[in-house]
Amino acid sequence: MSTAAPLAPSPRAQFGRTSCALLDEREDLAVVWAEISGQYLEAGARAHPDRVINVGIREQLLVSLGAGLALNGVRPIMHTFAPFLVERAFEQIKLDFAHQGVGGVLVSAGGSFDKASSGRTHQGPADVALAATVPGMTVHAPGTAAEVDATIRAAVAGDGLHYVRTSELTQATRIPTDGAMHVLHEGRGPGRRSAPAGGPLTLLALGPVRDAALAAARELDATLLTTTSVVPLDGQALRAHAGGEVVVIEPWLEGTSVAAVAAELDDAPRRFLGIGTSHQELRRYGTPAEHVTAHGLDPDGLIRRIRAWSRSS
Amino acid sequence: MTSRTVTRRPVTRARITALMSRLAGDESHTAAATSTLDVLHVLYGRILRVTPTSIDDPDRDRFYLSKGHGPMAYYAVLAAHGFFPEEHLDTFGAFESVLGLHPDHLLVPGVEISSGSLGHGLPLAVGAAHALRIRDSSARVIVLVGDAELDEGSCAEAIEYAAAAKLENLTLVVVDNISSSYTVHGRIEQRLRANGWRADRVDGRDQRLLEEALARRVPGTPNAVVAQVEKKSAQVENKSEAA
Repeated sequence: MSTAAPLAPSPRAQFGRTSCALLDEREDLAVVWAEISGQYLEAGARAHPDRVINVGIREQLLVSLGAGLALNGVRPIMHTFAPFLVERAFEQIKLDFAHQGVGGVLVSAGGSFDKASSGRTHQGPADVALAATVPGMTVHAPGTAAEVDATIRAAVAGDGLHYVRTSELTQATRIPTDGAMHVLHEGRGPGRRSAPAGGPLTLLALGPVRDAALAAARELDATLLTTTSVVPLDGQALRAHAGGEVVVIEPWLEGTSVAAVAAELDDAPRRFLGIGTSHQELRRYGTPAEHVTAHGLDPDGLIRRIRAWSRSS
Repeated sequence: MTSRTVTRRPVTRARITALMSRLAGDESHTAAATSTLDVLHVLYGRILRVTPTSIDDPDRDRFYLSKGHGPMAYYAVLAAHGFFPEEHLDTFGAFESVLGLHPDHLLVPGVEISSGSLGHGLPLAVGAAHALRIRDSSARVIVLVGDAELDEGSCAEAIEYAAAAKLENLTLVVVDNISSSYTVHGRIEQRLRANGWRADRVDGRDQRLLEEALARRVPGTPNAVVAQVEKKSAQVENKSEAA
């Protein structure tokens, strides 16, 4: 890409760097923000004061103002923490973007529990499920700063409606952000005889959980598929690789993508297991790593739960 | 859309009310529709720089009907000015109709935003005003809300912000038919002024005063016009009145 700015180690900081670079590159782009992450937008605000718009602590306005820009030929990026962007301003996303028939790029920070010590109010585990209900919405969950950069650039380049969910759970395994499903591990073991469609146990890792899923796939000799594109899913690759037992692992509300995965895999009877954050509030502070473990999203937790489920067939 | 009506009759208030009678009435919304009639008549007749042939012009003036409830006067005014065929009015609310009880801008030529859920139009208009500023356009944005619509918190967000951002290309029209459950007389313009707006209350039936207030653009600050009309329950349309 044309910017020489180095990648930031933090996906959230990368959102800022990429946005500022894009403001330099195209005059019809604006970044709307709501007091959150201003420290990453200073260069853009200095260079383009008319196109870096801070609305204060006003999330409904954040989204609607962006839609007003889009209705009038300016491509908007809108940013704040996930629960404030998607949950608090949900009707603005549903009506002011989808119903008005315009596009924009919503970029959240914080993920499910980056702000573990801040408690429930700053955690957004239900954002993907909610965003997926919006007609025409593309949902991305990049796992590295480089993936955040590529995802935002591609989303801004089009005219569609996108939700880019960034999280500081940076993954060591990097994949292309091409919307495709990528095979990170080939399971060699034969499928369980009782599994309706046969084939190896298949894990599908969505979002920044692929490192843990890879460790689990090696231990279980399972096939591991992963992608940064959560909505829509690459159904063709799913059908090509999925066995009779499919585990959908996502570091947000458990079960969020299971129905969509099952709809793509309607060619044979299969068993599905969803693993994600629990529906019940954890009501704990601490670190993101402690929340990963508490929700069973670490390698040991995944292996334990998948073994118990697979044996239960 | 306009080729079929090359010579149109002059758009008078009587003409608009005649067209409104072609819309099958929804009783709960009839009074609300009538409350906006004079404002809409003045806007499309004397203020807005937009015609059926300029609805895609990036520099057209924008009118956002935020209060999507009771769109009969709006539809009638648009039809009278040739934005869509008058025959559409006869289909109001039907399954195949483009004219619903709340307007859809993807269906109706000349309608800038879809509305119905209250509290969306003003924040959208703030975005529109920003976009015009970014693009260095001289066009203006005029958004119409109802007095009770200002109950919505999203309006508070937009009112405070629009003045802070000095959106001088933005005009807010509040049609006040005293329909908010917790009305405090005079609060609307006081609230707007306290936030840095120019705000004036005028007789919402006096077309000369409306024109004067709506034509005004104040350097460095958004402009608001509170159009006082009859209390919602007391509205009676006088069909003999003509402009």
